[in-house]
Amino acid sequence: MGVITLVMLGSLVVLAVAGAVLWGQQAGRADPSAVLRAPTTGHPLGTDRLGRDLLARLLAATWPSLLPAVAATLLGAAAGITLGALTAVVDGRAARLLGALITLLLAFPALLVAMFLAALFGAGTGGAVCALAVACAPGFARITQTLAAQVAGTDFMAAARVLGLRRHRLLLRHVLPHIAEPLMLNTTVAAGSSLVALSGLSFLGLGTQPPSYDWGLLLSQGLDRVYTEPLPAVAPGIAIVYAAVAFQLLGEMLAGAAARQARPHPVDEPVAHPEPVAHLVRTDRPASVDHVLEVADLRVALPTADGVVRPVRGVTLALRRGEMVGLVGESGSGKSLTALAIADLLPDGARATWGRHRFLGTDTESLSGKERRRQLATGMAMVFQNPASAFNPSLRIGTQLTEAVRAHRGTPRAEAVEQALAQLRRVALPGGRRLLRSRPFQLSGGQRQRVAIASASMMRPGLIIADEPTTALDVTVQRQIMDLLRRIRRDDGTAILFISHDIALVADACDRVLVMYGGTIVESLPAPELAAGARHPYTRMLVASVPDLAAERDHPLHSIEGGPPDPSGAAPGCPFHDRCPHRLDRCAVESPVLSPLGPGHEVACWQPPAAAPSHGRRENEEAQK
Amino acid sequence: MTTVSARPGAPARYHPWVVFCCRRAARLVVSLFVVVTASFAMIRLIPGDPVRAALGVDAPPDLVAAERHELGLDRSLPEQYVQYLPRLAHGDLGVSLVTGEPVAELVRARLPATLLLAVLAFGCVLVVALPGGVLAAVWTRGGRRPRTELVFTATTSVLAGVPDFVLAAGLTAGLAVALRILPAAGDLGSRSYVLPVLALALAPTAVLLRIVRVETLKVLATDYVRAARAKRLPAVRFHVCHVAPNALTASLTFAGNLLPALIAGTVLVEKVFAWPGIGSAMAQSVVAQDYAVVEASVLVLGSSVLLVNFLVDLALALLDPRSVIRKT
Repeated sequence: MGVITLVMLGSLVVLAVAGAVLWGQQAGRADPSAVLRAPTTGHPLGTDRLGRDLLARLLAATWPSLLPAVAATLLGAAAGITLGALTAVVDGRAARLLGALITLLLAFPALLVAMFLAALFGAGTGGAVCALAVACAPGFARITQTLAAQVAGTDFMAAARVLGLRRHRLLLRHVLPHIAEPLMLNTTVAAGSSLVALSGLSFLGLGTQPPSYDWGLLLSQGLDRVYTEPLPAVAPGIAIVYAAVAFQLLGEMLAGAAARQARPHPVDEPVAHPEPVAHLVRTDRPASVDHVLEVADLRVALPTADGVVRPVRGVTLALRRGEMVGLVGESGSGKSLTALAIADLLPDGARATWGRHRFLGTDTESLSGKERRRQLATGMAMVFQNPASAFNPSLRIGTQLTEAVRAHRGTPRAEAVEQALAQLRRVALPGGRRLLRSRPFQLSGGQRQRVAIASASMMRPGLIIADEPTTALDVTVQRQIMDLLRRIRRDDGTAILFISHDIALVADACDRVLVMYGGTIVESLPAPELAAGARHPYTRMLVASVPDLAAERDHPLHSIEGGPPDPSGAAPGCPFHDRCPHRLDRCAVESPVLSPLGPGHEVACWQPPAAAPSHGRRENEEAQK
Repeated sequence: MTTVSARPGAPARYHPWVVFCCRRAARLVVSLFVVVTASFAMIRLIPGDPVRAALGVDAPPDLVAAERHELGLDRSLPEQYVQYLPRLAHGDLGVSLVTGEPVAELVRARLPATLLLAVLAFGCVLVVALPGGVLAAVWTRGGRRPRTELVFTATTSVLAGVPDFVLAAGLTAGLAVALRILPAAGDLGSRSYVLPVLALALAPTAVLLRIVRVETLKVLATDYVRAARAKRLPAVRFHVCHVAPNALTASLTFAGNLLPALIAGTVLVEKVFAWPGIGSAMAQSVVAQDYAVVEASVLVLGSSVLLVNFLVDLALALLDPRSVIRKT
């Protein structure tokens, strides 16, 4: 693509410079003996009314066609950018007036304005260039205004204003440099449309006047005899399209280069297991009828700009019917991707592999695509973190609540509505049918999350995955949402995988806690044991970092030294070893496996430190007092 | 609780719809005023003497003076403007400098043909580009089918770069003259609509296809589409109910801006096909230097564009009521 663009542009430049020199004389030489000739070998495009060679005229017209277009674009861009950038530096009222002026000017199509002004300025190249410059200025002004408004909102502009910088300095030093790139892109594209518009003006008789000529005029003259001889009309048309496309491609190339800096590389290689770990994972564990979900050795590979990262590296977990399991870990530990992989909702490009994946007692490998979709639709539901964006803004709440049951269970509309009303009552939302008729933007965040929970329980699924459902809400609403989830678990026997970074909330609400670090589960233990019985060094540091009301204010808050591990997952050994106070030599070389430690307690550590950490003891002491 | 609340902090004296309609109407009136004044000013600001230009260099001076008096060009500008407005209100657009016929007659005879052409082309653009763009986005999202994406991008960028009048000339040469499939010029029944509509609609279709695709890709990446995907709805329902409405409201804003450009674009295309519309009348008058007709054409086309803009804004507000609250 890039090569083609450069070749096209290069040929245009060469033709523009050489055209007039090489063919200028031939193009002007009239031959009364050969007027209006059809194409021959001597005149590949034929001749015009005065017997002049049309091919020579076409090539010689490159310069007079391109130069005015570029000139008009630059003039228009200069005027428009100045006008648009002014809106960013003048005061509120003047800025609003300027904005209104730009909107007013934009209401008129550029071509119509150009025709009007070209007629006003008098037909001719100069008039057409000026007319076109004026006509394309408002477009530039609007784009500059939009871009500059983004810059004007930034902190450094506020700082520059506080420093009392003069307006023109503000404009030249702070606004324009930050928006130069998109403006240049836009100028390139506009040059192409200017060329077309100028040709159009010449075509109408408002632009270049004979005896001068450009492509538009040649097209117009060719069109007069198109019924007998199409080539003299088609050739200038091809020239216009060629130049217009060259400018357009240049714009695309620039835009593509800008976008490519941010775009990730797709995963080309099939995601092979980087290290053979199958023997470490106990896939021989008997499938339990009681288990809603069993996943073994789940891995996720995600393509990014810096290569493939592996945010989930061998997660093994199981949920029993009606069990509420917390999955905790810091940001980037892979909790959300684990959830999305289980729900088969990974973003485009991401690849998941697993050693075993059983859901509702069926091996997912044994299901066809359709069966799996149906099983996931009826057996699993998700509640997402941000209730503000989890609902389709253009659909009514009622539609979004009932569409799944109607699609998968074939429930009639009226019955589905009754079910939805029952669910809304259960999540303590008043309003009934009126609420079903409303749209998402009419509800508050807490209301929306309740609706999301009602929606998730419509199917009475075996498993609800709640991905940080309370993070975006305030504390009182958080508690209500937790109560709702607990009630649904109790009433329907639904298992809940509750994902959070709030270890206190998880310890309070869940039966069991899985602690995730660097894409693996490092500890799995009953929630009541979390405070006092955690054995993995990371879990204990996490527990210790939670401030409570009894914490002495003089003591600094605990934090975990160091940063999260390398997401590419290339480093061997325990992912936590460089932050771990208890590390051994072995930890840097070999990765520990999740191994049973006590009843319902598993830990992935070569030498788990003894129980009874200081934090838990202090809590016990507080309790005794 | 579940009712539409006005923007917090804003004085909730008027309903947002009232504010919205008033603002749009005010903008329409101001821009119409600009068009009327511009068309009034045109014939009077043109360098040289338009009357002499129209009548010819060798016209006798007393004829030129009589014609100037007839048009009221010998009086002061404010006086002329005061006369001009009421005449305009009665639908009097003056007389042609060349033929002496009333311009209003010409407009009445030719405007419907132009509007029909623009509306047909606009309809074609919507019918092809809206579903086409959504389909293209669904096929190529997340870097799937890179070849299809390349073909799509290349085709649409070339088509978007083809100016309508050049395409019109090419279509005439190819389909009407060389292959003789379709009539080349004039309004001779339904078949003669094909080429002008095609010439007008092709480039905007390519532009809109790209916009719809980009908007759809944006929607496909949102949280609520992921939430809808979790419901595993049938593919048709998922795309039609969850993806399309949000992608299309954004795209329709762009599409609405295409219609005025289409009306303006008819000027060039009508010239190629000798279409009996207002655009070809304007093109002929430019050559004949009949500025009374050019002035009226600018006025009529400009006002149509503004009116269409206004209607498009209202239609978009009805489609997406949130935009009313946001914009006011």
